[in-house]
Amino acid sequence: MLEILGLLADGFTIVFQLQNLLLIIGGCALGLFIGAMPGLGSVNGVAILLPLTFLVPPTGAIIFLAAIYYGAMYGGAISSIMLGIPGASTAVATTFDGRPLAKQGLADLALTGAAFASFIGGTIAVILFTFFAPPLAHVALVFGAPEEFALMMLAFATFVGLGNDDLFKTLFSICIGLVLSAVGFDIISGEPRLVLWDIIGFMHGVNFLVLAIGIYGIGEMLWTVEEHVLGGGKSMMSEANVTVKRTITNIKLLAKTWKATIMGSFLGYFVGILPAAGATPGSLMAYGIAKQISKEPEKFGDGALEGVCAPEAANNAASTGSMLPMLTLGIPGSPTTAILLGGMVIWGLEPGPRLFVDHGDFVWGLIASLYAANVFALLINIAFIPVFIKILKTPFTILAPVIFVLCLIGGYAPTQDMHDVWLMLAFGIVGYLMRKLDYPLAPAVLAIVLGPLAEPALRQSLIISDGSFSIFFNRAYAGPIMVVALVLLFLPLLKMAYNKYQSVRS
Amino acid sequence: MVKKITLLAIAGIMATVSAPSAIAGWTPVKPVEFVVMAGKGGGADKAVRLIQSIIAENEMAPVPFTPVNKAGGSGAEALVHVNGRSGNDHTIMFTLNSFYTTPLRQPKLGVDIADFTPIARMAEDTFLLWVHSDRKDINNMADFAKAAKAKGKDWIMAGTGKNSEDNLLTDFLNGAYGLQMKYVPYKGGGKVAKELAGKNADSTVNNPSEQLGFYEAGTTKALASFTDERLPLFPNAPTFKELGEDYVYYMQRTVVGAPGMSQEATEYYQGLFKDVFNSKKWQEYRTKKSLQGDLLQGDALMSYWMKERDVHEVMLKNMGAIK
Repeated sequence: MLEILGLLADGFTIVFQLQNLLLIIGGCALGLFIGAMPGLGSVNGVAILLPLTFLVPPTGAIIFLAAIYYGAMYGGAISSIMLGIPGASTAVATTFDGRPLAKQGLADLALTGAAFASFIGGTIAVILFTFFAPPLAHVALVFGAPEEFALMMLAFATFVGLGNDDLFKTLFSICIGLVLSAVGFDIISGEPRLVLWDIIGFMHGVNFLVLAIGIYGIGEMLWTVEEHVLGGGKSMMSEANVTVKRTITNIKLLAKTWKATIMGSFLGYFVGILPAAGATPGSLMAYGIAKQISKEPEKFGDGALEGVCAPEAANNAASTGSMLPMLTLGIPGSPTTAILLGGMVIWGLEPGPRLFVDHGDFVWGLIASLYAANVFALLINIAFIPVFIKILKTPFTILAPVIFVLCLIGGYAPTQDMHDVWLMLAFGIVGYLMRKLDYPLAPAVLAIVLGPLAEPALRQSLIISDGSFSIFFNRAYAGPIMVVALVLLFLPLLKMAYNKYQSVRS
Repeated sequence: MVKKITLLAIAGIMATVSAPSAIAGWTPVKPVEFVVMAGKGGGADKAVRLIQSIIAENEMAPVPFTPVNKAGGSGAEALVHVNGRSGNDHTIMFTLNSFYTTPLRQPKLGVDIADFTPIARMAEDTFLLWVHSDRKDINNMADFAKAAKAKGKDWIMAGTGKNSEDNLLTDFLNGAYGLQMKYVPYKGGGKVAKELAGKNADSTVNNPSEQLGFYEAGTTKALASFTDERLPLFPNAPTFKELGEDYVYYMQRTVVGAPGMSQEATEYYQGLFKDVFNSKKWQEYRTKKSLQGDLLQGDALMSYWMKERDVHEVMLKNMGAIK
């Protein structure tokens, strides 16, 4: 323990060098912007800036890139809440309730909530990182395909077992997401599959952001246009103001969400440390569970503050968590850390179990910088909230085209393929119609994120076990997770049966 | 006004910087699209980002090189994309062995690699057979064969994708040593290395770069190498040739130009990548990752491709992956 504190103190002496402090502040600010721009998530931001990092020593470089990664987690919430367009894949879950809050004139509450939840999530995660890195790395290591699949089942179960949505519509939505996630390429057989109409663009599959920006960004636009034109409403605008009094009320309201925030922090962190999962599934799962444990689950989707705080805490915690397998095992915990790993190659460092021993400065400098990055990102974010609120007061006729252009950029940026822009527009229209027919959209988004993780895990497990499903139940970690998942999954059916029984009896 | 002057000054500086190289012949006039036949974060992607930083750091080119990942369909997406950029002087691609196997397995793509412009083979990556260091009973190939045979089809070999390089090597081992190892495909060499270190798999045939971290930590050990000679980093791992099996296998790391690239542009890129190849950073990377294979360019590279394509065609036929 004392030894760790000593190492951490060494880390802080590195962080408090002027150049590194400036790199953290600059990185956080830049990340905030990158995260807030639809389509320009942390993956792109880090990838674009990576080749320039030879200008500073490796420790400075990783601190800078980690600050961008981190800032982007905060920034993603901004456009999710204000415009209803997920700024980054990690902030999709924030759209579910952040946007309704903004429509109710509570954008300041949602933004403050997102910022504080991010801060708490990030801080809890970095503390866990500091003290429990080696044992957690071990958990990540023994987590094989059956465990991964059990975890994915748990994520699906949290969404299905919510109860208050129409069960069959939820399942339908999940199935649509799963089919879309299967498009393109089959990892197991190595063959292309479901390349719809032999269009080359489908070979890289359906990018998750294309779906999310389509149904939330474009769909939301169509929805608002309808309200605006037919209803003469002012729904795109926000009545929010920033006053001292309001801020105090907001903080009081936020204090009530502590349970969701703390849950999101721990969950996000643990999902983050598992290789290949990352912040997006982490935040979606946190949203699902926050709804499960909430006293007012029916408010979710219509502006529940917990629905903003839980995923925001989780995505920041997960981004810190995903650095653990990167540093200790040399495998990425998220797409962004995959790029950071590439950076370590450029700087001549060998990520993996030896890194903590051979390059202690680098590792502890990075960990200490995460503490600092959290503080700076929170301060920058809070300072800008009044500016964001001002932007929201722009007349709808000006804001709408800007949002539309942002959506187009967001659809194009990840793959740089026009095919995806057309696809996004199509999803926008379909999403709008599904919303009209009262189909929940969040499960489809969840499915397209988790599908590509769940499917290979399932098939790998079954290859190992020669097709026997017992492999999910007779392993130390997979078994309990799977049992909980199944119970949650069948909860609505049991409830239905019970209600029927009651009504028959009476 | 001040802004305008600054802009002019910047433009002026940029013009003088790029001017000298312009005298030497053709140079790119807009950012070069550097297509990667694999996803972000994999071995090929890391190499591309290293090359990108070498070019930027040493100011070897007047324009930036922008990596674009097109991993879809085992690189089919990248191949079709670059094939469609015929006659384009600003599109190059970083390839692996899927450069041979993907067009063979997916003839519908209409891609003939003989049309592509050979620029430079930057290295050949190597393969070794790995097991967990806790397997004290396995110290050489004879031990391995015995242990794997005893476990039959419960012996799990983790690799990257069905019919991939790892699958080819597994088939060879099964055939040569009379084994029935079960091949389980995972996404990416890093994941494969982790499965072995976490004991969810019994063995892998990873590249050194993928397994290096765990090797250095003493978690996994190399038993034998699929190379012509022993690798300097792993002097205790004999080659399969030494063990009496005539089997070597390498993975190319090569820069390819779009079909029909102009002669001037081809010469420019060949010169550029020769400089990158000779740079200190690339040479260090080669040593560290145990990469083999000399620089190959132009016609020599083309005939290497044709030879390798034939070899892969035979392999895929033997596996039953193609007719």
